[in-house]
Amino acid sequence: MKNEWPLWEIFIRGQHGMSHRHVGSLHAPDAAMAIKNARDVYTRRNEGVSIWVVEAQHVAASSPSDKGPLYEPSESKVYRHPTFFDIPEEVGAM
Amino acid sequence: MTRDDAFLQFLLRMGDNTLVLGHRVSEWCGHAPVLEEDIALANTALDLIGQTQMWLALAGEVQGDGKSADDLAFLRDAWDFRNALLVEVPNGDFGRTLMRQFLFDSWHKLMLERLKGSSDERVAAIAEKAVKEVTYHVERSRDTVIGLGDGTEESHARMQEALDYLWPYVGELFAGDAVDAEMVAADIAPDPASLRADYDAILAEVMAEATLSIPKSGFAHKGGRDGRMHTEHLGHLLTSMQWLQRAYPGARW
Repeated sequence: MKNEWPLWEIFIRGQHGMSHRHVGSLHAPDAAMAIKNARDVYTRRNEGVSIWVVEAQHVAASSPSDKGPLYEPSESKVYRHPTFFDIPEEVGAM
Repeated sequence: MTRDDAFLQFLLRMGDNTLVLGHRVSEWCGHAPVLEEDIALANTALDLIGQTQMWLALAGEVQGDGKSADDLAFLRDAWDFRNALLVEVPNGDFGRTLMRQFLFDSWHKLMLERLKGSSDERVAAIAEKAVKEVTYHVERSRDTVIGLGDGTEESHARMQEALDYLWPYVGELFAGDAVDAEMVAADIAPDPASLRADYDAILAEVMAEATLSIPKSGFAHKGGRDGRMHTEHLGHLLTSMQWLQRAYPGARW
């Protein structure tokens, strides 16, 4: 499959969003075409004002089999959540 | 020919170009070589059909017979169409489709830039809106022509073949007639010939980068934009585009 275009991960910043959000992935021969393809595939319903593309092979990911050591320790540490304060009524929803 | 007659012809030329090319490009929907190109082509087709709605709606208004854009698109026969022959030729392979797109987009962008300054503000408003879409179209078709032209041995050969095949249809875009003279006099639209130098400069640059040779011949097929003689392909295109309105007149959904 050496004629296959590389895979690109696409990040879009929405109209009102503060940060770029991962929206999906697509194939393209280079970064410039990846941005064009992302424009056509992911912003055709007015979803975004900025596009980032990253070649998928450059994304380092955590391994699902490390789930235990990575995430379980935090399950028992409820005191890390800011839920132990009394909020005055006047403040309203936070 | 009155000014309104000429204005109507001009609007049909603009609207029929985008209608016929939009339909041609839409024929790729579900058939493009990769998903990303499929969606991009469908987007381009929809942009062109959207522009058609604006041009033909204005044409109907100027004509004054109460015809809608849909009436003009679906209920005219081949001899009433005023599109350039370039946009009605069959798609061929993906390379030829994108070559045709680039040849058209480059002209289209130059034309719309000039129409933004039209003395008719309805024309200027349509051009203002359309030029944003077309700026993207030409960026995309240009990159693809360069990518495939300066690509593999096979893609290069196919792109050169596409350019050789389509080149005789380019000249018609710049051939002015009495309609154009009337539009120039009214300051509504530019003389088509006045766009040629900029067009040739763009083509020379892009084709050099694409390692493709522009044919030397200046021969140009004509007969589309004045409706005198379309190619045999237009009738086939209209048959598939118009069949529903022909079979079920007035059908709506």
